[in-house]
Amino acid sequence: MTAVIAIEGLEVVFDRFRALKGVSLEVREGESYGLVGESGSGKSTLLRAITGLAPVSSGTITVNGKRLGKTRDKAFYREVQMVFQDPYGSLHPRQTVDRLLQEPLAIHGIADGEKRIERALDEVGLGKGFRFRYAHQLSGGQRQRVAIARALILEPSILLLDEPTSALDASVQAEVLNLLEEVRRRRKLTFLMVSHDLAIITHMCERLMVMQNGEAVETLTASQLIGHRVSADYTRNLLRASEGFVRV
Amino acid sequence: MSAEAIQSRRAWLLSDRPASRLQARLGRAYVAWRRFSANRLALVGLLIILALVMVAALAGVLAPYSATVGDLKNARLLAPSATHWFGTDDLGRDIYSRIIYGSRWTLYVVILVAIIAAPIGLLVGTIAGYAGGWTDAVLMRVTDIFLAFPKLVLALAFVAALGPGIENAVLAIAITSWPPYARIARAETLTVRNSDYIKAVQLMGASPFRIVLRHIMPLCISSLIIRVTLDMAGIILTAAGLGFLGLGAQPPLPEWGTMIASGRRFILDQWWVAGAPGFAILIVSLGFNLLGDGLRDALDPRSGDQ
Amino acid sequence: MSDTLLEVDDLRVTFPTRTGLVQAVRGVSFSLGRERLGIVGESGSGKSQTGRAIMGLTPPQAEVSAKKLNLDGIDLLSISPRERRALRGNRIAMILQDPKYSLDPVMSIGRQIVETLRTHEKVSKAEARERALAMLQAVQIRDPARVFDLYPHEVSGGMGQRAMIAMMLIAGPELMIADEPTSALDVTVQLDVLNILDKLVSERGMGLIFISHDLRLVSSFCDRVVVMYAGKVVEQIKASELRDARHPYTRGLLNCMPKIGFERHPLPVLDRKPEWAA
Repeated sequence: MTAVIAIEGLEVVFDRFRALKGVSLEVREGESYGLVGESGSGKSTLLRAITGLAPVSSGTITVNGKRLGKTRDKAFYREVQMVFQDPYGSLHPRQTVDRLLQEPLAIHGIADGEKRIERALDEVGLGKGFRFRYAHQLSGGQRQRVAIARALILEPSILLLDEPTSALDASVQAEVLNLLEEVRRRRKLTFLMVSHDLAIITHMCERLMVMQNGEAVETLTASQLIGHRVSADYTRNLLRASEGFVRV
Repeated sequence: MSAEAIQSRRAWLLSDRPASRLQARLGRAYVAWRRFSANRLALVGLLIILALVMVAALAGVLAPYSATVGDLKNARLLAPSATHWFGTDDLGRDIYSRIIYGSRWTLYVVILVAIIAAPIGLLVGTIAGYAGGWTDAVLMRVTDIFLAFPKLVLALAFVAALGPGIENAVLAIAITSWPPYARIARAETLTVRNSDYIKAVQLMGASPFRIVLRHIMPLCISSLIIRVTLDMAGIILTAAGLGFLGLGAQPPLPEWGTMIASGRRFILDQWWVAGAPGFAILIVSLGFNLLGDGLRDALDPRSGDQ
Repeated sequence: MSDTLLEVDDLRVTFPTRTGLVQAVRGVSFSLGRERLGIVGESGSGKSQTGRAIMGLTPPQAEVSAKKLNLDGIDLLSISPRERRALRGNRIAMILQDPKYSLDPVMSIGRQIVETLRTHEKVSKAEARERALAMLQAVQIRDPARVFDLYPHEVSGGMGQRAMIAMMLIAGPELMIADEPTSALDVTVQLDVLNILDKLVSERGMGLIFISHDLRLVSSFCDRVVVMYAGKVVEQIKASELRDARHPYTRGLLNCMPKIGFERHPLPVLDRKPEWAA
């Protein structure tokens, strides 16, 4: 299989703070790849660097065989879309769902808007009844569904997911994770997913990278992690912590 | 309309699952109106402004006498009475009629200034805030230069350069009143430019122009409307001030500031000549201020989640 | 231990809104001894409002009523606001989710702890400082003297939450309410903080109410769990018997989280029944 995202020695520096210190990874076509780490590990920065939201100071990013420069063109955004962590912050407060979904179509000059919007709403399990609501008339889970619909409406092949469920209740989280798996299967998408929760990453991804302080700790397959076949102490700590509190 | 029909119409407006674009928009406006109308003083302000508009529109019907031609022989400086409600001025003109016609000039000034200054401020502020860096520095330093002078002094300088007259007064006031709007628009822009919903639009591939115009400006507009409304009183006063100094509207135009200026010679003996237009300015300024306060409650972007 | 520290019977919290009254808590009853009680629920379940009502921190526009709200025999609803204030910190203490917002940003951590102590007890400045340092040591801060002089923004989230715990425990309360005390922290730090809390609570024989959305974490930490849904208690159960939970909501909540080593695609989701909220 070919790598759809290839990252080599990626460095991101914000005001002399090195958020990413030379990270490399390869995501294959159709696979779901996870990035796990705690706050400050640089996992979200990596996603943002791919989309052009974070400044790359050295290293290369290649998407679908094309090396990315400083700016991204419109064609890039038709291939790569992102879902943000906070469903309360990622929808414009003054726009209806309809407007939100229309916007990407208008930017890319896509004609069959009506049909696409209805299809997208159906696909994320919302239906037409939600089309003219404002963000404040939606629950957290519904907002995240709208955000997913917005990301899918341009029919990208790669979806970047930045902690898509960490702001949601556990039961809603399950629904959104199921939805993400379903659209991935149906559309044969490639996922690059960030989370602090090992259980979510092993549930969603085939391979994963553990990150700490802007560096890669180790790269594992989900089955290695499930079998506790890990080599780094840090990963072992994370695994232990994810099992809950143990009285000593 | 029966009580039930009203009830169902209200339910339609307040529905949290609108079925069309129009219903969503009307529902939003209705919620804002309910918030606005809960404030009694704001309603008083709105009433005053509506009355001003009505008076200006119907000036020809409402005014009993001509605004510019007086009866010099018999009616000079008469005190308020049943025939001349607010008295007459030194040229024998009925002050009540002049104030009614003057409302047109007041509205003219206020509306023109708002139409010119608010968009300039909005554009400069949002561009500066969104672009950042050099663009921001240059635009904001220009704004600072304008802000460094007292408004009236700067307006005076412009009028002196352009020549006296009400059109030039409007231009001068507009030129001096956009900088605060630019400041507000920039501050609003800075708070939203790093939000996820703006980033999401960037990730759609939208151009910076489109983001500013369609996503950032709508968020700045409500605070701008509030500020402009609250500034209306100041604009009226500046216009009146220019008129008073002889650089605004020129006699015999019945502009309120000019009227005060010509009345000041008799202020001790014939107080009504300057007092009546002064009172009109006071009422209208108050109206705009109350309206602005009410709008602030109704349109506050931070309560947009309501 | 059987002695009851806190008794809650039919607690109700009602908020006035534009569209009418909203009951955030609708008749919650439980009692607490010197044990660790977990209150679990999703957002909007009323779990935080329950904690706040016990603490006396309900927003002023809301109304709190209960058949019984007794702390060690004192009726919390009938005493004056002043007496209530005296109880806070002295006998009941509360830890909130994010230390960033609950510590005073312009006062050094040490001074905040000293102030807290001195409002509840008459002690000399020197003694207060000594006790504050000892408390910081007790929450496993390695260099208490240095942390004493730091400001909240100068410490990490985990350190801040430890300082918060130190501040809350300094006056020796009998009941501690912890509202999502570790949700803002990284998982590895989370366990450290829980360990400290656990040790202090059992050493001092305090009662603890642990409010959280995370059923699994709560069940591994607490002795007993109260599960809340839509302002009501749907189930009270011993943490060790959670696997035999009867209410479908509790079971659904346990099941719907992904777990390492248990492959389930798709994840089971909650089928919310209207009668749960009835």
